This record gives sequence, C-alpha cells and structure tokens, in this order.
Amino acid sequence: MGITLTPAAAEHVKRFLAQRGRGEGIRLGVKTAGCSGLAYVLEVFDEAGPDDVIFEDQDVKVAVDPKSLVYLDGTELDYTREGLNEGFKFNNPNVKDSCGCGESFTV
Amino acid sequence: MALLQISEPGGAPAGRVQHRRAAGIDLGTTNSLVATVMDGHARTLPDEAGRHLLPSVVRYAPDGSVAVGIEAQAASFEDPLNTVASVKRFMGRGLADVQTLGKRFPYEFAADGGGMVKIRTRAGERSPVEVSSEILKVLKGRAEKALDGPLEGVVITVPAYFDDAQRQATKDAARLAGLNVLRLLNEPTAAAVAYGLDKGAEGVHAVYDLGGGTFDISLLRFSRGVFEVLATAGDSALGGDDIDRIVAEWILAQAGFGGEAGHGVLRQVLHQAREAKEALTAAERVALEVQRPDGSLWEGVLDRETFTHLVAPLVERTLAPCRRVLRDAGIRREEIREVVMVGGSTRIPYVRERVGGFFACEPHVDIDPDKVVAIGAALQADVLIGNKPSDEMLLLDVVPLSLGIETMGGLVEKIIPRNTTIPVSRAQEFTTFKDGQTAMSIHVVQGERELVSDNRSLARFELRGIPPMAAGAARIQVTFQVDADGLLNVTARETSTGVASHIEIKPSYGLDESEIERMLKDSYAHAREDVARRRLREQQVEAERVMDALRAALAADGDRLLAPGERTEIEAALARLESLCREDDADAIKSAIEALDRVSTPFAARRMDDSIKRALAGQRLEEI
Repeated sequence: MGITLTPAAAEHVKRFLAQRGRGEGIRLGVKTAGCSGLAYVLEVFDEAGPDDVIFEDQDVKVAVDPKSLVYLDGTELDYTREGLNEGFKFNNPNVKDSCGCGESFTV
Repeated sequence: MALLQISEPGGAPAGRVQHRRAAGIDLGTTNSLVATVMDGHARTLPDEAGRHLLPSVVRYAPDGSVAVGIEAQAASFEDPLNTVASVKRFMGRGLADVQTLGKRFPYEFAADGGGMVKIRTRAGERSPVEVSSEILKVLKGRAEKALDGPLEGVVITVPAYFDDAQRQATKDAARLAGLNVLRLLNEPTAAAVAYGLDKGAEGVHAVYDLGGGTFDISLLRFSRGVFEVLATAGDSALGGDDIDRIVAEWILAQAGFGGEAGHGVLRQVLHQAREAKEALTAAERVALEVQRPDGSLWEGVLDRETFTHLVAPLVERTLAPCRRVLRDAGIRREEIREVVMVGGSTRIPYVRERVGGFFACEPHVDIDPDKVVAIGAALQADVLIGNKPSDEMLLLDVVPLSLGIETMGGLVEKIIPRNTTIPVSRAQEFTTFKDGQTAMSIHVVQGERELVSDNRSLARFELRGIPPMAAGAARIQVTFQVDADGLLNVTARETSTGVASHIEIKPSYGLDESEIERMLKDSYAHAREDVARRRLREQQVEAERVMDALRAALAADGDRLLAPGERTEIEAALARLESLCREDDADAIKSAIEALDRVSTPFAARRMDDSIKRALAGQRLEEI
C-alpha cells in the first residue's frame, strides 16, 4: 500500500518546494477535528521525525507518522481544480463518510 | 471534500502567515536596546539620531516631563537627585537589600513598608518598577514606530541570577509600560540564541558578558532543545568604565598631572580614554593630547601593547569567576563547546585572546556584543508570537505528551497535541449529553492513546450550575492553558451563564523521560487497534444517544402517532441495536443505527408535523 501521488500533485509539490526554497518533502497526517471526527493535515517538512514512515513517488518524499498511517494507508494525493478553487485532494480508500462541510471524515 | 493547500509545519498555511509585531528588549543596567525581526533578520532599532543604545537613565525634569536616555544622562551631574541611573540594581529590592549592595548611590531612598525601595524625586516617590517602565516606554515607542503598529508581545531579558522578586518586578514594569510580556529570557540564553546555538549540538556553553559596569559569566547546558543555566558568577563592579578609568589615570600620569586634576579635566580625559580604548580595537596605536592646567599641550601615543599591559589585571580578575562557575557546575574546562562574547568590552582583542585561551576555543564575536542579547530576545519573541513554524521553536519547552479531556464513551479528545510549544492556550467547545444535564465532570488526561483507560489521568473536577437544557444545547467552553513553567490550567465555562470552574495541575510532575518514551511507543504499537476501539466507542455512544431520544419520543407520542404494527417494528429495531451495542462490531452497530433511523423516520416526521400543528393551532396567520 503506502502513499502515492498523481502526476499533477507531484508537480505542484515540487513547484511549492522550489518556491519555498527549502523543505525535504511533504507530510501527510490526520488530526481529530471537525464534525465527523478526523481532518487531514498537509504540511511541508524540513526534517523527518525518527518514527516517520517515508514514501517516495515521482521524486517527492512523503512523510507520515505511524499513527496517521493507519488512517491514510493507500491514499492517493491528487491536485485538482473545482470551479474557482484548486488544491490538493486526498483519495483515501479508508474513508467511510465525510461530513457536509468537507472538513472532516470518518474511517 | 474540501481542497487543501500545503501548510508550513505546525499549522498556518504557507504564504498566508500574518506577521505579528513582536520585539526583544535588553533592559540593561547601563544601556537598553530593542530589537525586532524584519524580513527574516533580527536587528536592533535606533532612535531618530541613529543611536541604538539607550542609556538606562531616567530624569524627572523640573517642568514635570520625564527624560530618558542621553538627555537624562547629560543632566546627571547637575541634577543627581532626580536623575536615576542603574535602576536595575534596585529591581525587586527592599531598602535593606539596597544598603547591603555596598555602594553609595546619590539618591534619597524611602522605605515602603517592607516592600520595594522607592526613590524620592521631585515627581514624588518613584519605585524602580516605575522608573524601569519609563525606559520600556521609550523602547516600545521605537519598536512601534519601526513596525508601524502596536506591539503584540515582547521578550525581555534578565540576568540569569535574578530571583523571583526581581523577575516579577521586571514583568510589572513591562505591564506598566503597556507591554505584553511573552516571556522573560535569561541574558546568557538570549546571547546563545542569537548565535543559533539552540539549533546546534547538545552540550555546555559559556557566555562571557563584560559590559559597561558589570561582569557576568554563565554556563548553559543545552539539551533536548532547552537551555538550562548551570551556574553563574561575576563581579557587579567590573566593566568597561573601570578600563576607561585606568587608561585615564595612565594619561594623567604621562601628562604630568599630580593629584590636582579637576573635575572638568577628569571628565575630558575619561572621554579621551574611552575613545582611545575603542580605537585600539582596530588600530595598533592612537595619538593623544591633553591640555595641562598651565595651558601647555601634552601630546603622546598609546599603543596596543601598553594598553594591553594596563587592562591585563582587570581581565585577569574576570577569570577567577570563570574558574568558579566551572567548579560550581562540576564541569571541566575541556567540556565547554562554545563561548559567546557579550558586552562592549569584549571587543578588546586582548579580552578575546585571554578568554579564548582560558576555554581553549575560539569565542563567538561576529554579532555586535552590545546588541547580541537584544537580538536573541527578538528572535525568541518572533517565535513565541507565532511568526515561525513551531518546529523551529527548538529552544522552547514543549508539551511532551498530548493533553485532553475524556468525552462520552471513555474516549479522549486531545486539546493540546504533544510537542506544542509552551506557553500555549487552546479552547474547545463541548456540550451536554442528556436532557436537563446541569453538571459536567471534566476529566483531564495525558497521553497519545484513544481511550482514557490507556492514558494517564491527571485530574478531575466538576462544572456545576449548567442551566437545564435539551441535550446538545448547552455550550461549555473548555480552555487548556500551559504557562512557560509548564503549569496547566484547565477552565470550563458555560457560555450562556458564565458559570465556570477550574483546576491547576503540573502535568510533568512524577513523569520521567523513559515513561514518556514508553507512552509514545505504545501509541504507535497500538495505533490500529486504538482506531478500531475508538470507532466502536463512537458508534456505541451514538447508538445510546439515538436510543435515548427514541425512547423519550415513544413514551411521549408513541401511542398517539403510531399504529401498533409500526410501533412493533420500531421496537424490534431498537432491541436489535441494543443487543448489538453490547458486542464489539462497530460496523454492525452503525448499520443497526441506520436501520432504526429508517423505520423511525415516518414517526419523526409525524411528530414534527404534530408539533407544528399544535404550535399554530388557534393562531391567526398575521401573528405568526
């Protein structure tokens, strides 16, 4: 399983890191929040923690802490445009439900 | 699904970080400075005339105005009683303490009923806190002008040896000046931060601070991102002023003055001595000239070798405290990794050479030694106010394990996640679970696991006096606040009535490193089963809530609104859910809830219609 990226997502991450000037890769995680239980975290990371699991896809490093991995394993990160909005989207096979506002989800 | 953007580590989305105005203040005995981080660089801020150092002198002028800095300093000869210098020495001190400082001060002191000493000026009795606040007000003005808006927070540095009373007095002065103190930082720690030692290796560092009038040496141990002051020593009457005096005496002797140099000459020669000292940092020799009392001119030269010879005894005097801190801390000289130089007098090449030789390493001198403390404070303020992502907050203390409260079903709701830097304050809203619930038990827990039973219980307290409302209608705000000392304060407040209850805990109490480590490892090892257990509990709690609501509805309107067949169907689904709740299949419970929901939907709809009908009955259309 693990974490994968679509080519569009990989390209955007690379562009983001280049603009920022530094950063090892991106960190995916979950935190308890929102109305439906869990919410995604998407951050840059400069240094991986000792327990982080690192995936690499299309030359992009993705760090996930072991706790979040339980909820995220198999996720494909995509970059899409929806109307005026564009941004990253988690295609997460573990998700059973997501709440109306789209902020959180349950597994 | 909402679309996401990549965030900076620790929270705020990149590119949308709003810069908040923060500054670092070095509130010194002789001079004070203010610095701030702009465009990623920390720099000290000058006054209109381009001067960065603000002499820590306050004068209460006859016209009722207050002068601070150069202007006040200039008046200190003519108006000594109303011009307060070196007020830092009196911070948090009583009259008895000041008298034991062993120095004569040109002020009239007033005792304040055993409290802090006060100074009699023409503006009335002034406490050291009030005097200090005048200095802070000037620095605040400088920073707000440079940053173009009100300061949101400051870090003020204090000597490492300051006791609680002196620290509190410093905080009070800041409050009086209208400043929000994010944290008081030890001066040597600030200097170490300025050199980025907080991003370097763990180990023991020495900070050698030879200022205008005082000398301090501190040993800091840096480990796990936190600086600890191991030992401090010094000499409160040794500094650059003494060097000026020695050089001035040499000039007077060379020029053939006996003991008869008048006050005016002395001041002029002292001024020359200081200039010569400063020039000799770069130059090998300086030319001097002094007018003798008989009008003739003395011309001479001071070269670096002679100067070194003059200051050597003073520099030697600083090495005794250096030996003492090593002994006090039980540290061998070879264990010192880095030496940081602070204070204008450390510009003197001979001082650098001797100190470097003593600790057998090249001292850090790249940052202006007058500004290094203020710069470190500014860097720290920038981090504390939240302008830096949290993983760069190395120096700061962090919450080692998540802090949260117990929610229904024995689940943990984390309020402050682990590794959050302190001080921190987070709030979350909770609600009641049962109709008419008037009290709530708050159980504070620590740890990474999903169930309360696997975490560490810290404290319990109750919030009473919640007005009776339907389940879910009450809004209880629970605030977790951890201060810079790691003290946790939990407050629960019902927002409509304001009733509140709180408790204070020291979460790290009785918790050692290995235990924290074990709790963390456990949370990784049990991640998968914790998730499953959390889901199960969540479904059980949800089922409970649905069943409670339905039973209440059945009791109220079941007979009136349901046909016997319908009622049996609902009761069957209810019984099925109830029995599944005792088992541990979250998915089965979930589908049973959905099934119950389906069969009871018509009933719920009829109740809704019925209540609307009743509410409208007998009312005329215009009144609604």
